[in-house]
Amino acid sequence: MKLKFQWLGLSRAIHPAGNKHTANQSIVPLTGFKEVSIPLDMQVGPGCKPTVAKGDHVNIGDLIGEPLGPWSVPVHASVSGKVTKIEKQILSDGEKTEYVTIESDGKNTVSESLLPPVVSDKESFLKAVRDAGLVGLGGAAFPTHIKLNPPPGKTVDTLIVNAAECEPYITTDHRIALDYADDVIYGALVTAHWCSIDSVIIGTEDNKKDAARSLEEAAKRAKEGECSSYWPKNGVTVKVLPTSYPTGAEKVLIHLLMDRVVPEGGLPADVGVIVQNITTLCVLAQSLKTGMPLVKKAITLDGSAVKKPGNYEVPIGAPIRDVIECAGGTVSEPAKIIMGGPMMGVAVDDISRPILKNNNAILIFDEKEAKLPKESACISCGRCLRACPMRLQPMKLDKAARAINPNELEELHVMNCIECGSCTYVCPAKRYLVQNIRNGKAYVRAEAQAAKENAKKGDSN
Amino acid sequence: MLHVSASPHIRDNVTTQRIMLHVIIALMPTVIASGFIFGYRAPLLFAISAAACAGFEVLSRIAMKREQTVGDLSAVVTGLLLAASLPVETPIWIILIGAFMAVVFVKQMFGGLGSNFANPAVTARIILSVSFAGPLSKFSALPRYAATVTPGVAFKQVATTGADLVSSATPLGVLNNAIPGTQVPSTMDLFLGRHAGCIGEVCIIAILIGGLYLLITGVIDIWAPLAYIGSTVAFVAQLGQDPVVHLFSGALMLAAFFMVTDYVTTPATIVGKITFGVGAGILTGLLRIFSAMPEGVSYAILLMNILTPHIERWTAPITLGARKKTRKQQS
Repeated sequence: MKLKFQWLGLSRAIHPAGNKHTANQSIVPLTGFKEVSIPLDMQVGPGCKPTVAKGDHVNIGDLIGEPLGPWSVPVHASVSGKVTKIEKQILSDGEKTEYVTIESDGKNTVSESLLPPVVSDKESFLKAVRDAGLVGLGGAAFPTHIKLNPPPGKTVDTLIVNAAECEPYITTDHRIALDYADDVIYGALVTAHWCSIDSVIIGTEDNKKDAARSLEEAAKRAKEGECSSYWPKNGVTVKVLPTSYPTGAEKVLIHLLMDRVVPEGGLPADVGVIVQNITTLCVLAQSLKTGMPLVKKAITLDGSAVKKPGNYEVPIGAPIRDVIECAGGTVSEPAKIIMGGPMMGVAVDDISRPILKNNNAILIFDEKEAKLPKESACISCGRCLRACPMRLQPMKLDKAARAINPNELEELHVMNCIECGSCTYVCPAKRYLVQNIRNGKAYVRAEAQAAKENAKKGDSN
Repeated sequence: MLHVSASPHIRDNVTTQRIMLHVIIALMPTVIASGFIFGYRAPLLFAISAAACAGFEVLSRIAMKREQTVGDLSAVVTGLLLAASLPVETPIWIILIGAFMAVVFVKQMFGGLGSNFANPAVTARIILSVSFAGPLSKFSALPRYAATVTPGVAFKQVATTGADLVSSATPLGVLNNAIPGTQVPSTMDLFLGRHAGCIGEVCIIAILIGGLYLLITGVIDIWAPLAYIGSTVAFVAQLGQDPVVHLFSGALMLAAFFMVTDYVTTPATIVGKITFGVGAGILTGLLRIFSAMPEGVSYAILLMNILTPHIERWTAPITLGARKKTRKQQS
């Protein structure tokens, strides 16, 4: 038994079993998908409207959805073939959006119109980022061109490359760091260069020391190699943090790496930081070199029901069912399918749901692993309090949320919750803390909305 | 059919039941030691009390038509702690009344585990000691140990117990009343529990083993016991009493590791735990020295239990990057 200093009661993180079974497996491309169904909203903010019609022929990389607003990023075809259906369907988060279904012609023809973008200043760089269809690939799906362009008046001095990958099971970021380190470093250097950022810090965990080494070596190569002109003023540092959850949460990572605290309701840019996921930067670098937008995504396929766990590169929009089949199938009846990690991923309701841009894992649990324990009474043990990386009081938030008390919720700073799920994970009474706290956030938002509308009404009277 | 639920999809394997089981295991050295010090009747009392508490838990949940919760083992812990704070000669019917008070009145009537504001075992002990002052102030030990306490043998009560047990004064009784012919046991006797007292309180070494087990298994952390013991000892030393005797006698040690650390009735924050410990420590010292009772631990803990919600509010953690003004204050 590893001696833990639990008796000090100070721990500020949790240590779920890593289950990084696939860390030694390089990313293998999967092909042969008959049909992909690509949702036109795979991001934070409004999505896209279709630019193709039923019967159109598309090649890989062709635009199929154009932005609805300044936050939207375009969506591209991930296989070559014929558009067979454009219809509204429900997404796994419950929102309805348009899906473009493409029947593959099996040829995987790449669009001829793809050319490396010409980047000459920040504006053209951000345009290239947006045209690549990039969103935060760590899971948040926040549009990258918005993130790289903080509101005026905020000076950013540090680009943090998030290679923490603190979620159990997932190893795609780890593999990217090992196999595509040069692309990652190139992406980071270019981003820092065009956004006038002086330092680059890469944060990873000590269960991925090989990733840290790989990135350090790539940085050294970059400094001496052809992209030395992009080398930031204060250089590139790789920092290895102790393995714990949720190190990779943006605000937590900034706090751990730089001891800067993002104010409640604020952005990392408020403390001079932009955080980018390592895979986002890798795809960005590849897109700048080839012009190929984000049409494929590396995912970790794992979980107790999976026959051959591994890291696979799949076209966006491929149905989960086909991905599983293509990767060797299951050993038992899937009882729960999670998009993303077990701590923050979304359980999907239907095995035919498509792979999204921000998917980094598909976990398939069997009945035993899917079963969740029953809730019992809170014994005020304080484990959630110690686990909360934001230093909130989950048990009090939980009570206030169950009582639907927006005032109390707000006094307890409910909006500062990052929904990492650490409180629910550690709770010995198995209470659904973060789930209720999410409801609590919705109550506070609704209250604020209602107050706004009331104020409007008052003005018009 | 696929299961759908909100994240997280995995859970730690710590459960309420497992925590309570750890506490029960931690109390086992004390139960075993009580058999050596007081004879077979002491472990029997522990067993009866635990069974009675579990039984009352089952019955009260049935009567209230609520879900059965005896499986969380918290009633067993309450039973063991209640027995631990009673003398060996306590009649069994008194124990049954105590178990009823603890589980039904103090715990279930406030909503069951997690909703009781006061520690059931501590409160039941107070109820019993007030209601049955006679039987509960009769402290005995096996003759070979009783003799080391009081050369004069009989102290407050005349020995009424037949051949195998001899009534004698507890060390705190001796310290407070300074009866001629009685003397405080040696530190080693205090540490090993070779003197009269409540069955679960006398053997300090057994309690320390249990406390260490709870610390290692992460059930408790060190702050509350440290603050409680430290403040009591500092307080009585300040008033000129022998801190070692206070440290090793009465319910101080048992309370420090098993009552001041109770999750439900004490604050959850570290600062809160220290506040609770210091408050209970000063109260214990005050009651031990200035009150008519020889012992003040139970009352000190009960009083601090009442203050717990307030301590929790005063010591609430401040969230990272908190904006000082809430919307309410601005308007």
